[in-house]
Amino acid sequence: MSQNQGVMIFGEVVNGQLQAITKELLGCGRKLASELQEELSAVLLGSNLAGSAREAITFGADRVYIVDAPLLKDYQADAYMPVMERLVKQTAPRILLLGQTSIGQDLAPRLAFRLGTEATTDCIELSIDPESGLLERTKPVYGGNVMAVITGEHFPEVATVRSKAYSPLEADVSKRGEVINIEAEVEPPAMRTRIIEKVSQVAEGIRLEEAATVVAGGRGIGSNQDFKQLEELARLLKGAIGASRPPCDNGWIGDTAQIGLTGKIIAPDFYLAVALSGSSQHISGVSGAKNIVAINKDPEANIFRVARFGVVGDWKKVLPAFTARVRELAGEN
Amino acid sequence: MKIIVCVERGADPEAPPASFKVDAGGNRVVLAADVPVVLDPYSEYALEAALKLKDAHGGQVIALSLGTDLPREVIKKALAMGADELVLLEDEAFADGDSWSTAYALAMAIKKTGDYDLILCGRQAADWGEGQVGLGIAEVLSLPGVTVARKIDVADGKAQVERVTGDGYEVIETPLPAVVTVSNEIGEPRYPTIRGIMAAKRKEPVIWKPADIGVQPSEVGAAGRRSRLVKLFQPVHKANCQIIHGETPEEAGANLAERLRLEKLI
Ligand SMILES: Cc1cc2nc3c(=O)[nH]c(=O)nc-3n(C[C@H](O)[C@H](O)[C@H](O)COP(=O)(O)OP(=O)(O)OC[C@H]3O[C@@H](n4cnc5c(N)ncnc54)[C@H](O)[C@@H]3O)c2cc1C
Ligand SMILES: Nc1ncnc2c1ncn2[C@@H]1O[C@H](COP(=O)(O)O)[C@@H](O)[C@H]1O
Repeated sequence: MSQNQGVMIFGEVVNGQLQAITKELLGCGRKLASELQEELSAVLLGSNLAGSAREAITFGADRVYIVDAPLLKDYQADAYMPVMERLVKQTAPRILLLGQTSIGQDLAPRLAFRLGTEATTDCIELSIDPESGLLERTKPVYGGNVMAVITGEHFPEVATVRSKAYSPLEADVSKRGEVINIEAEVEPPAMRTRIIEKVSQVAEGIRLEEAATVVAGGRGIGSNQDFKQLEELARLLKGAIGASRPPCDNGWIGDTAQIGLTGKIIAPDFYLAVALSGSSQHISGVSGAKNIVAINKDPEANIFRVARFGVVGDWKKVLPAFTARVRELAGEN
Repeated sequence: MKIIVCVERGADPEAPPASFKVDAGGNRVVLAADVPVVLDPYSEYALEAALKLKDAHGGQVIALSLGTDLPREVIKKALAMGADELVLLEDEAFADGDSWSTAYALAMAIKKTGDYDLILCGRQAADWGEGQVGLGIAEVLSLPGVTVARKIDVADGKAQVERVTGDGYEVIETPLPAVVTVSNEIGEPRYPTIRGIMAAKRKEPVIWKPADIGVQPSEVGAAGRRSRLVKLFQPVHKANCQIIHGETPEEAGANLAERLRLEKLI
C-alpha cells in the first residue's frame, strides 16, 4: 500500500464565490475520508480566497491550502500545473478529486500524466473497495448506455466528478479547520500559452444550471424563429431555456444552452423536452431532473423512456395550445 | 504546415440505446449486430479542423489511428475527406489500452513522423468519453495543450485557439508545435467528394508495429494500462411514461397543462 494519505479536492472560486461543484466535491470527499478515517483537504488557487477557504471548512474540509497570486487569477494550465504538481507531491494525498468542469477536464488528465498516475473522468459515484482500499470509480460510458467501474493502483488516485452527482453537506459554521497559505512560485517563463480574451455568452435571465424549470428544444424545432416560442414559454414558467446539440450547432440558440454529456448538467424539478429524441448523450445532462415531460411526434422516441408525462404529436400544434392553457391557469390565481 | 490528426473508430453513438449490452461476466460491451462502426464523431471534427487549416495555409495532414483490425472502409474516410496520409498503429499489442497506454503509443508514433506543427485530437471519444488522450500526448511530448477548440487560427509559428468554456469561450495563444483538442463548434465535418473517395481507394495506409515506433509491447495496449476495469453493468431506467391524450393535438396540449397543474409542476 502507498504512503499517500487523505483525500484532497481541487476547489473552484469564481469572483470570490465557492462554486457549487466544489461544495459537492467536499460532500463526496468527506464521505470517502470518513470511510478511510483520514483527512479531507481542499486546494484553492486564484486571488481573494480567504472567505472561500473558511466556507470550504464549513462544507467539510479539515484543511484548506490557498495559493494566492495574480498569475492564478484565471485558470491557465501552464500556471496551475506547476503549482498543483508541487503541492500534490508535497502533501501526497491518497485521492485527488476535481470537478468535471471546464477547468477540471483540462487539468486532471495533465496532472495525472505528469504525476505518473492515472485519472478517471466524469465519475458519478466513488467508493472505497473494502478489500483493497482502492478508490472504485463508476462512470457512464458509451454515452451513458453502459456503466463502468474502474480502479487503479497508482497514487494519488485521480478522478473528476460530474456536476450534481453528489450533494453538499449542510454547512456547519462551528466546524474547525486549518488554512495554510502556499507560495505560488510560478515563473512567467513557464507560461507557454497566454489568454488573450475571455468572452461571455451567457443568456440573460435565470441561469440554466440553477433553474427549477427548464424548457428545451431539439432538432425538430426547425428554426431560429420557432425557437422563440420556447423562449416565450420559458419566460411564462419563470424557467430557463435549453437545447439539445443540433439547435446550438445550427445557431438557433447560443452554444451555452446545450444540455448533455458535453454541455450543461442540470437537475431541475421540471424539464420540458420538445422535439428532441432523448439521445443517451443528451439524457446524461438531465438524469437528475425530477420530472421530465416530453412532446414528440414519434411514440418510439427514447425521451419517452425517461419521461413521466408525454404528448405524442406535432409540437407546432401541441405547444401553442399548451402555452395558452398555462397562461390561463396562471391568470386564475 | 504539417498537422497530425488522431482518429479513432467506434460503434455509432447514435445507435438506439438498446443496442448496447453488457456480457454476462460484465467484462465487455456487446453491440447489436446492426450497429455500424464509424469514425468517432469528435475525431471527425478534429479532421475537419485540420482540413480547414490546410485549405487556408496549405500543407500536409496525416491521420493516425491505433487499434486492431481497423476496418479499412471506415478508417479510409479520413483520406476521402482530404487527409494526405493514413498511418495505422495496428497490432494485437495495441489492443485494449487505456488513456495512458493509447496516448503513449500515439505520442511515440508522432515523434517518429518527425517535424510537425500541430497535433489535433477530438475533445472526447464517444465510447469511453475520457477526454484524456490529447492531453496525454501533450504531456508525453512536453508540448503545450489547449482543449475544446471551437476555432483555430495559425500565424507566425503560433496558434490562436478559441476554447469553449461553460459560459462562452476564451482566446488562447500558444506557440507551435502544440496539441489542440477539437469540439463540435468547429463546424460540421465535410462530406468526402467522389474524387476523394477514388483517391482513398487507391491509397494504402502505412502500418507501424510497436518496434517501428520504438516501444516494447509491454508498454502499450492492455499490458501498458495503468487503470483496471473492475466491471461493466447496464443502468436501469424505470419506464412509466404516462401519455396524455386529446381529441386533437391542441386538446392534448391543453390537457397536459391541466395535468401538470394538478401535479404542481406549473
Ligand atoms: C461524444 C458525444 C457527445 C455528445 N454530447 C451531446 C450533448 O451534450 N447534448 C446533446 O444534446 N447531444 C449530444 N450529442 C449528440 C447526440 O448524440 C444526438 O445527436 C443529439 O442529442 C440529437 O439531438 P435531437 O434529439 O435534438 O435530434 P434528433 O435525434 O434528430 O431528434 C429530433 C426529434 O424531434 C422529433 N420531431 C421532429 N419534428 C417534430 C415535430 N414537428 N413535432 C414533434 N416532434 C418532432 C423527432 O421525432 C425526433 O425524436 C453528443 C454526441 C456524441 C457522440
Ligand atoms: N485508438 C486511437 N487512435 C487514434 N486516436 C485516438 C485513439 N483513441 C483516442 N484517440 C484520440 O483522442 C481523442 C479523445 O479520446 P479519449 O481521450 O479516449 O476520449 C479522440 O477523439 C481521438 O482524436
